[in-house]
Amino acid sequence: MLYAILSTFLVAAFAPAVHRLSGRTSGWVLGLLPAALFVYFLSFLPAVSSGESIVLAWPWLPGLDIQLSFLVDGLSLLFALLISGIGFFIVTYAGRYLEGDRDLGRFYVIILAFMGSMLGLVLADNLVAMFVFWELTSITSYLLIGYNHENLDARKYALQGLFVTVGGGLALLAGIIMLAMAGGSWELSEILNNGDVVREHALYLPLLILILLGAFTKSAQVPFHFWLPRAMAAPTPVSAYLHSATMVKAGVYLMARLNPSLGGTDIWFTTLALFGAVTMFTGVFLAFRSTGVKKVLAYSTVMALGTLTMLIGIGTETALMAAMAFLLAHSLYKGALFLVAGILDHEAGAKDFLQTGGLRSALPVTAAFAILAALSLGGVIPLFGFVAKELMLEAVLDAPSLGGILALLAVLTAILGVAVAAIVGIRPWFGAKVDTPKTPHHDAPVAMLAGPAVLASLGLIFGLGPGLADEGLINAAAASVQGTPVDGYLALWHGLNWPLAISAFSLVAGGVLYWRWEQARRALAWVDRAAEYGPEKGYFKMMDGLVALSEWQTRVLQNGYLRYYVIVIVAMTAGLVGVTAQLFDVGVGQVDWAALQIHEIAILAILVASMLFAVLTRSRLGAVVALGSMGFTVALVYVLYSAADVGITQVLVETLTVILLVLVLFRLPGFLNLSSKALRVRDAGIALVMGGMITLLILSTLDARLFPSISQYFIDESVPSGYGRNIVNVVLVDFRALDTLGEIFVLALAAIGVYAMLRFRAEDRR
Amino acid sequence: MNMHSLILRTAGHFLLPLLLLFSVFLLLRGHDEPGGGFIGGLVAAAAIVLYLFSMDIQSARKVLRVDPRDVLGTGMVLAVISAIPGVFRGQAFFTAQWWEFTAPLFGEMKLSTVLIFDIGVYLVVIGSVLTIMLNLAEAEE
Repeated sequence: MLYAILSTFLVAAFAPAVHRLSGRTSGWVLGLLPAALFVYFLSFLPAVSSGESIVLAWPWLPGLDIQLSFLVDGLSLLFALLISGIGFFIVTYAGRYLEGDRDLGRFYVIILAFMGSMLGLVLADNLVAMFVFWELTSITSYLLIGYNHENLDARKYALQGLFVTVGGGLALLAGIIMLAMAGGSWELSEILNNGDVVREHALYLPLLILILLGAFTKSAQVPFHFWLPRAMAAPTPVSAYLHSATMVKAGVYLMARLNPSLGGTDIWFTTLALFGAVTMFTGVFLAFRSTGVKKVLAYSTVMALGTLTMLIGIGTETALMAAMAFLLAHSLYKGALFLVAGILDHEAGAKDFLQTGGLRSALPVTAAFAILAALSLGGVIPLFGFVAKELMLEAVLDAPSLGGILALLAVLTAILGVAVAAIVGIRPWFGAKVDTPKTPHHDAPVAMLAGPAVLASLGLIFGLGPGLADEGLINAAAASVQGTPVDGYLALWHGLNWPLAISAFSLVAGGVLYWRWEQARRALAWVDRAAEYGPEKGYFKMMDGLVALSEWQTRVLQNGYLRYYVIVIVAMTAGLVGVTAQLFDVGVGQVDWAALQIHEIAILAILVASMLFAVLTRSRLGAVVALGSMGFTVALVYVLYSAADVGITQVLVETLTVILLVLVLFRLPGFLNLSSKALRVRDAGIALVMGGMITLLILSTLDARLFPSISQYFIDESVPSGYGRNIVNVVLVDFRALDTLGEIFVLALAAIGVYAMLRFRAEDRR
Repeated sequence: MNMHSLILRTAGHFLLPLLLLFSVFLLLRGHDEPGGGFIGGLVAAAAIVLYLFSMDIQSARKVLRVDPRDVLGTGMVLAVISAIPGVFRGQAFFTAQWWEFTAPLFGEMKLSTVLIFDIGVYLVVIGSVLTIMLNLAEAEE
């Protein structure tokens, strides 16, 4: 399992080389990886459909109790099969769709890395591992949306998607830490069996809110739905993969995954069902309003994500069965339709439904599978979409509460859904021929048709034989969402009941709406104006505010004057130390003045005299020399207290500092009094406060001893474990070698910094 | 930068090898007596800086033979490498490894990753100080 997931990243690293070597067939060659993974995951199917769940673990950071553990059960296997299966068609499709694109090699790298992240996310058992993969999907999808990086919109909306999903990711991080505290484990497989403890825990409400924030942003629930249609700036294979079948479903996956431990409470039901239902309706409504091919599909994806959230919220056995069936149905038809949208763009240059019409004779095979997928989208018997929709309506009608509003939104969604399906399935293919920007000469190549064909056909096969789906995986998946085995089944024909009546009614009403599409869109033109005050406006306002804030704080803090930096640092240090000393009531130790010896007084006198000279002199060289004298006096103090090594170091550093200052001195202009008297008094005040603070601090350490001193350990252990009698050196190079390594890194960085500053200046002048 | 002082030039010529030898002595005795990589490196750097002051930059670079930045990099690499052997013996990163053996002429010898680390520190100190000093001095001209 570990190797299966790592292999995606490994292959991703070599993808550009493979692409160069295999040329036109690179899509097929690299497609072998997802195909192999699909077969590998399929090998888990018999065990999982008989109700087993498998945990596989590798130690990762044993010291922090973090392991790379994977959980294979119905839910994760369903996702893994969708990701690898659809991934195969996406990679082969992209090989043709982006053929000749100079960045195709890079595209393969990111899409394969994304696939690996997504697989890791759905299979991870450890919360930390899951979170890492979660963030990796955000980052890789950012790179994929911004694939056309020379396009301003692509960059802008890639960043928007990143901010929304990563912002939610931050909330999620806090949420899963609380979840691990509440559940007493980092392993999902253990937390899921601990649902009662989590639900009773004091942190339940905050952790629920944080986790749902993560899930809602990733899965584009209202009010975060705006980023998903914007992400259509990505190349079409990416939209097909990320924004229909995989990434946006990560949030749904998370909610489904955690349902056994978080679900079943009133707040879970209310939040998910309401947000889901509103998202569902908003999505389908905006889809009906739009005309761009990818935009319609994107909004109908928002509808699907809302439906899934609502069903998980309802949480009855029927609802969970419906959720899993709908998940599968949606991935199949939406993947197919997005790939068809790519064909429309690739062969006919059409990006908008208004530009299309009568294409069925030019693209007969594409049209056939597009219509098949659209029928599934509209929920027409006998496709799998119908099975899922019937079950969804049944679950909504049986919902424990909020039945009225959920049912109303579900019926409206069903009607508009049929109209949207008609837009997708009828508009481009039938009616009068419209002149498209490119005239299609031939149908799409095999690599591009394979995906729509297989995915749309599966929708028909599962529809005619729903037993294939439920006995295989849907039941096992619903069981892992519910936490207990389910005994429901999927059926094409449920008898004459309310859901069937609603379906029939929605078909007629949706058909009428499609017939009157132009008028309906005109009548709804006010929506565009209203949308200007929608949540996306809030997003842009927030981003503008963020930029303004950072500009302001950069101007204030990074003002470019060394003296202000020093003032801020010194004042902060003195202030924080002072406040802390006050808070902890630190006392000043007793000083035994009588023990002061005559040579110590002499050293002190030299020190004070040099200091006063350095402050008062008007000669730079004089100040440097005075500073050097202070340094040597301090070295003398070290030697007096038998710290020979420190003393030697001090002498050497002091010497080199003086030399350094002498070298720099030439560069400075003549000595001038530029600051006013008031300013100098202020600086003197700050300096005195800092000096006083440090003095008090040292005095307070004289008899404050919170912990036993560590020096005895070093004295005792220096020879037996360090084989050295110079304790300072043994500490530096053995006991605390890592600290020393850090220090020499800093030293090296400082040298490189000085080098860079001097060199770049020299080049500027030239 | 040349100070045109005959005494300084002559002294610089003679002091350079002595100071460099002394710095190595400080480096090697450091584990038992005052000294060590940091101090040794400072002495060696000071020796080159003295030479720089008594002669000129070209001679200082020539006497160093390699760019100080390479010295810096070599030192960093040595310091990091010395951390690794412990890992292969199942111990924590940076665990010191010792080898004792008897060599002709020298008698009992002790070598260790600690020494390699100290040599790394020694080189990093020389490299950093001289990178700064030589470039500042060059910018002066």
